[in-house]
Amino acid sequence: MVPIGLVLAVSGLLFTLGVVGVLIRRSALVIFMSIEIMLNAANLAFVALSRAHAGMDGQIFAFFVMAVAAAEAAVGLAIIVAVFKRRHSTDVDQMALLKW
Amino acid sequence: MTQALFYLTAFVAVMTAAVVILHRNPVVESLALALHLCTIAFFFVLLSAPFAAIIQIILYAGAIMVLFLFVVMLLDPGGEGKAGKVGRGQLYATILGAFALLAALFPILVGYEPSLPPTPAGYGGVESIGTLLFTDYLFPFEAASILLLAAMIGALYLAKREID
Repeated sequence: MVPIGLVLAVSGLLFTLGVVGVLIRRSALVIFMSIEIMLNAANLAFVALSRAHAGMDGQIFAFFVMAVAAAEAAVGLAIIVAVFKRRHSTDVDQMALLKW
Repeated sequence: MTQALFYLTAFVAVMTAAVVILHRNPVVESLALALHLCTIAFFFVLLSAPFAAIIQIILYAGAIMVLFLFVVMLLDPGGEGKAGKVGRGQLYATILGAFALLAALFPILVGYEPSLPPTPAGYGGVESIGTLLFTDYLFPFEAASILLLAAMIGALYLAKREID
């Protein structure tokens, strides 16, 4: 038997690690990887709660999260490549054009 | 047995996530992220969601990680250098916020111990998920296909545009 509460705790810990990664790193690629970690932590919580209720709905939702993550990775990485072609850097602190 | 596997997987998952956010070499970070995604797939197996685990490995550890590694190789993998550091104040604020978030989450999550109901036959398999996707979740399924089409067109447009 897998302890559901501990799986949720691991999911929360991984989500926190993803948030920390977004906040302390300035490379757009690493920020993207941290976002993937957060999405996966949410997926883990979905599947764990799906198991806790013996229903399938949480797993279905995890699939939709994966589809959104795939779309986000494709477009986001294309944006990173486009920005790198123009600025030769993926440092997000240099992309401050819209900042007042 | 399952308990020991769970603790081992949790340890590897947290360690690889820490490598992703702390290491300075993007190639190492990508590979650590691939391993992290595989441990999540292992969690899915432990939670009796085999189809989700397979899709996790094929889609995440396969397709998305290839995209990431491709971009890392395409761009300069030299790391961020000095300019990539955040300020000291932001670092401390982040650590404080992370601890606050964990302190808020953990007591609730760890205390949640439901009695697990037995799973029906074919739980988490291809057949039950396919049936659900094409009956109850037909509209979100079609919406996801439109989203993926839009993402494909957007990525193609971004990649093909000439720089002026």
